[in-house]
Amino acid sequence: MATADWNPLGDVYYRNVELYQMEWNGLIDLNHFMIAAAPYGGPVVLMKDEKKAGRVVTNVKPVISVYNAAGKLLSQHRWNSGTVVHLGWSNTEELLCIQDNGVILVYDIALNFKRTFGMGTEAKDVKILDWKIFSSFQGTGIAVMTTSFRIYIVNNVDDPRVRKLAEVPDLNSVPSSWTILNLDRQCRALVAKNSQLFLIDQGGQYEEQFPKLSSPVTAFIEMAVSFNNKMLSLFTDTGVIWIGSSDLKEVHCEFNTKAARRPQQLSWYVIFKHLYKLYSLYIPKPIVRYNFDSFVYLVQEEDGLRIIGNEVHQFLQKVPNVTEQIFKIGSMEPGAMLYEASKEFSRRSQKADEYIRMIKDKLDVAVDQCILAAGHEFEPSKQKSLLRAASFGKCFLTEYRPEAFVDMCQMLRVLNQVRQYSVGIPLTYTQLGHLSVPVLIDRLVLRKLFCLAIRICHYLKIPDAEGASRILAHWACYKVQQKHEDEEQLARAISQKLIDAPGVSFSEIASQALEQGRKQLAIKLLDYESKASEQVPLLLKMDQNNAALSKAVDSGDTDLVYTVLLTMKEKISNMGEFFMAIRQMPVAYSLYIQYCRQQNPKVVEDLYYQEDNFLAEGNCKVIRSFSEDIFEDRVRKLEAAINCYQKAKMEFAAKQTEDQIKLLKLQRKLEDETNKPYLDLSIQDTMYRLTQNGNHKLAEQIRKDFKVPDKRFWLMRMSALAESGDWMELEKFSKTKKPPVGMEAFVNICMKYNNRSEAMKYLSRVLPDQKVQALLNIGNAKEAADAAFEMRSEEGLGLVLTKAINSNNKQLVESVKDMMNRVNTKK
Amino acid sequence: MDLNIIKQLQRDQLAHMLESDPGKKDLVIDPCFTKLLDRIAGVTFLKQHGVDKIFKLDPTQKSLGGSEMRIYFVRPTISTMRLISNHINSERFDDTQRNYKIVMVPRRLHVCERVLESEGVYGSIVIDEFNLDLVTLDTDLLSLELPDFLKSFYLDGDHTWLHTIATSIVHLENLYGCIPNVYCIGKGAKMTFDMMNILSEQSRADAVEKEENLKNGHLFIIDRDIDYVTPLCTPVTYEALLDEIFGIDCGIIDLSDPINNTQGGKLLLTSENEIFQSIRNRHFSNVFEFISSKAKELKTIHNKKDDLKSVKDMKNFVSNDLQKLKQQQKTLAQHIGACETIMKSKTKANFEEHTQIEHSILQGIDSRGSITYIEECLHKQINWLSVLRLICLLSLTEDGILPKDYKNLRTQFLHSHGFELMTSLFNLKKMGIFTEQEIPQSAKSLGKMASITKRSQFKTISKRLNLVPKSPENVNLRIPDDMAYVFNGAYSPLTCKLVDVILSRDSLVNLEDTFKMLPGGVYHERTISSTPKPTGSYTKQTRPEDQIVLVYFLGGCTFSEITALRFLARSKGYKITIATTAIVTGNSFLDSVMERKPI
Repeated sequence: MATADWNPLGDVYYRNVELYQMEWNGLIDLNHFMIAAAPYGGPVVLMKDEKKAGRVVTNVKPVISVYNAAGKLLSQHRWNSGTVVHLGWSNTEELLCIQDNGVILVYDIALNFKRTFGMGTEAKDVKILDWKIFSSFQGTGIAVMTTSFRIYIVNNVDDPRVRKLAEVPDLNSVPSSWTILNLDRQCRALVAKNSQLFLIDQGGQYEEQFPKLSSPVTAFIEMAVSFNNKMLSLFTDTGVIWIGSSDLKEVHCEFNTKAARRPQQLSWYVIFKHLYKLYSLYIPKPIVRYNFDSFVYLVQEEDGLRIIGNEVHQFLQKVPNVTEQIFKIGSMEPGAMLYEASKEFSRRSQKADEYIRMIKDKLDVAVDQCILAAGHEFEPSKQKSLLRAASFGKCFLTEYRPEAFVDMCQMLRVLNQVRQYSVGIPLTYTQLGHLSVPVLIDRLVLRKLFCLAIRICHYLKIPDAEGASRILAHWACYKVQQKHEDEEQLARAISQKLIDAPGVSFSEIASQALEQGRKQLAIKLLDYESKASEQVPLLLKMDQNNAALSKAVDSGDTDLVYTVLLTMKEKISNMGEFFMAIRQMPVAYSLYIQYCRQQNPKVVEDLYYQEDNFLAEGNCKVIRSFSEDIFEDRVRKLEAAINCYQKAKMEFAAKQTEDQIKLLKLQRKLEDETNKPYLDLSIQDTMYRLTQNGNHKLAEQIRKDFKVPDKRFWLMRMSALAESGDWMELEKFSKTKKPPVGMEAFVNICMKYNNRSEAMKYLSRVLPDQKVQALLNIGNAKEAADAAFEMRSEEGLGLVLTKAINSNNKQLVESVKDMMNRVNTKK
Repeated sequence: MDLNIIKQLQRDQLAHMLESDPGKKDLVIDPCFTKLLDRIAGVTFLKQHGVDKIFKLDPTQKSLGGSEMRIYFVRPTISTMRLISNHINSERFDDTQRNYKIVMVPRRLHVCERVLESEGVYGSIVIDEFNLDLVTLDTDLLSLELPDFLKSFYLDGDHTWLHTIATSIVHLENLYGCIPNVYCIGKGAKMTFDMMNILSEQSRADAVEKEENLKNGHLFIIDRDIDYVTPLCTPVTYEALLDEIFGIDCGIIDLSDPINNTQGGKLLLTSENEIFQSIRNRHFSNVFEFISSKAKELKTIHNKKDDLKSVKDMKNFVSNDLQKLKQQQKTLAQHIGACETIMKSKTKANFEEHTQIEHSILQGIDSRGSITYIEECLHKQINWLSVLRLICLLSLTEDGILPKDYKNLRTQFLHSHGFELMTSLFNLKKMGIFTEQEIPQSAKSLGKMASITKRSQFKTISKRLNLVPKSPENVNLRIPDDMAYVFNGAYSPLTCKLVDVILSRDSLVNLEDTFKMLPGGVYHERTISSTPKPTGSYTKQTRPEDQIVLVYFLGGCTFSEITALRFLARSKGYKITIATTAIVTGNSFLDSVMERKPI
């Protein structure tokens, strides 16, 4: 009978399913051990408890052992640290060992030490009295109570920050009980001081709580919080159990167990009691009693309670609704009918048809129920019969989406696999839904069940990048830790397996190898890494500078190159050696120069000097001279630059720099004499300013000294004179012999400053071929036209014509056109 | 390609970055980002996401005031990091409690972290990065706004930004699909492409095959150093002229003329503005004509108000037309003002003669005359950049300047504009823009080409690709019929011509000889097998994506080139999107490679 192991409790049923016959049966008496088991079918840790064993306390350190849920030994380790008072598991299946001085040691499932942290100095000094491991919003938390009755809390063991909770007023003896409540995203402690209840938080506040209780209470001696943190149960010294919401505002029930002794374990609505060597378990309201003949350990799960004993491992749960609907005696639910139909069908009985007819309209519901119920079964045979029923029902449906059925089959297959004795993770379907498949796979990886994990990934068609590759990477990390294997072989084995897997980070594996001190292996493995950004930092860590540099350069990512360069610079104290190393890489080299140019220009010069690039060195010196404030320094820099240019055989640059020094000195002198700014002007501008200031002699001198062409000098002088309005001087200048520019230039410069009368003066001396343009510039279009006509210049007339058209002088246009005709006809 | 997606993504990203720190915060922006942020988000957007004050990062300021949280939004350069460290240190000295965050754009660089570390502020700051690469400037225009790239890559050999460029293309491919045909013209282009292959996680061939809707058929990555001639030529189309004279920054132009105090104000230049859209690509001689006809048109609409019969008509007019009318009138007035300024500066700079010389340089005739003209310009102290442009053009088209002239021009140039420019001239030499012609002896040892044919590289390429039309007068400037219209019919930009030629042939066959002459050469990768051509049939099967092209300029491009590509798109029915590291003009192009700017 499917319902044989059901126990009715009011209108619901409880069932107790046997999960495993423990492998440790006969070897271990739980009564003598400190025990902790992780939820979600996690591992069990045992450590001999001297006090429980009742023997004389010896100096021999106890052995700590981790078993899977089926009692199979996973790892063992002799304890070598302080006195452990409590063991527990984090949500990532890390073993937390709490010592009496508040120090917590974290181990992985294979009992490899991971890290340690303390709970503050007070805990260390006065030792701890009590402790709680709880699940907070951030992960797994730990709370300890010191012997001075203060509570310290860590919200997340991965990021241990110790906080002190508020103090309970006038607490000078051990509180009768306490627990951690997780409310409104904050962890608070509920502390019972006999009959008083206080809620204390991290902000230093406390609040007294008054749960509604019908009978008077002298002390709350035990409390337990439900898995989802929503419910709370309190156990009083009078044997009354109070169950309500965790904010203590709602009461669900109150019930007297008539047992005045403190229960050994109070789990969410299950009381475990020690009574005359008879071990019994109560489920209150109204009571269900399960009896055990030895000590059992209770593990609270999301959907039930795991009971670990010396011989068997059981799972106590409320019978899920669908299961109840199908299997309850006399159930008329569609699922139940379908299940019957399927059974009859396999017996080749026509009753099958009758049953199907009865639920014809609700067949889809029936199928759904059967599928879901299959998920809640532990026995593969039961799962099969339910799924067979579902599949039978499906035949009669035309539009039923098959996903649910397929998914369930897949999930059950996975669940059955991990429930195997060798794996020992007794997950229920509900728990798996909460835990998710990726986490399950992680847990398999933690147990080094790589093959199974990969098979599951492939079976569930999880993309390689998320599934198989990740597992392989873990496998490789594990592999490199096995020191006995040959490196060459290992590298090859790893690469063979991983090379085609997408998204594997070889650098991670390599860094694992490096941690194990296997440098050569790490280098070999790194070769397979495709991402240079991962490769390079590790190579640097291993002092493979040149390899790192070339990889960085190949990647084209200059930032990486810089990373290498700067690290190398720090490591190599001899600059010459460093330069030599980077000289081979032109890309790196020019990058380094870029960096230095901004950080330390002097180094750039040294670099150029080293490689005999005298031109570049000279340029650097010249550029640096610009930022020198002191005149003498500046000249000195330029002189040094000349030296460089000469070495580089750049006569031009050397000459120019020489000239510049000469000019600078001259300008300096001028500034001193005239108190006017001359420095930094170009040669042209210097002459210009001199001319404007009437210092023609010096201007002439510059012209000679710097070999300024005549034409330039004339043009410069003309415009300088015109700008300063020195028309006299201009005229005088125009009459010096052999001007290298035409007189039209004088006309133009006069007109530029709108001095028409001065312009007229030069007009007569303008050569005939420029006359037309000159007249036009003056604005005398009419005369220009005449002049052009006189010369019979079609071109000239054309110029006048465009000008006339542009200025809209119609009369002139006519006459010019006329002239043009006449010129043309005369030809 | 709908480029607005990019903008939207960047806005979201920006909002996310700002909101990740609760409370009010001040934003200190690198000056090069001010316009850019304006285009993406705008001040109101920033304020909505918790920005209190906005500062411009100013090297002269020693410290800043403001609220308790400050975000620096900067390019990762060493000098900027120093500046920020100074801020923090001096504020710490004053006992100001403040949280600092440095957001490096487009990515955080290790060098910068090192600098912060050595300045002793590393511990007190949060470093983040903001992946801002290509910014949408118009419906067909994307820019990295990275004018420094030119100097750092082509002069200093610093490959830092290449990574940014490659990432930006990979981002585009992620958004719009992988591009099956890639043409890399030049060395940097090839390097970019190689890096793209490293960056994209799966092989490109697979990606293309899997791609269901290819949005892009062709990608051109073009190095600036294959064609320095084009940016140096004087533009004649409207948008290019605006950029040359006023300067367009992130599509925003400031029309006010500080000297004449003319009316102006800021104007956003995008294709959304109807008037601008119809004149931006025109030859300047055509612009005014359009504007005046438009003005007349507006006037007639405006006159409609006199014919309004009923109240309803009136209401319609006021609510619909009037607003639009006013807007258009304002825009028109702005463009008219701009045209006037352009005309003025043209007459001032002796535009006619200047372009005449430029054309003869491009045609390769009368180099003596050009040199004389350049000398005269130097003597007359004409604007140094515009003279330098001519000098560089001459050098580029002639494979360098004869030793005697080279020395003379350099001396004269320094005499006119100061010794400080000497090192900059070396920079130009290093980049091959202003060089000395090699004397035959050394030419012999280098290669046969130079000694056998006297013709310069530029001339050969120009002839092969028909860059200089035989008779510039025949090019219709009014209704353009040749790409060369963007330079008065005297020259078609080499970069655009290459795109044209390669696209029209769909392969590099028969072009190898020409491509050999380009520095770095041309590399083509086709990741998708072309549809087999049916033999005997002339019709080439074209997939729709074959008509869609992305052209990416490394080292910047000019509006003349953009205009030319738009012309190409219009005349051949392509859809061309242009991406560039920056939009440059001849002046800004030369200026950016100068060592120290003359005062």
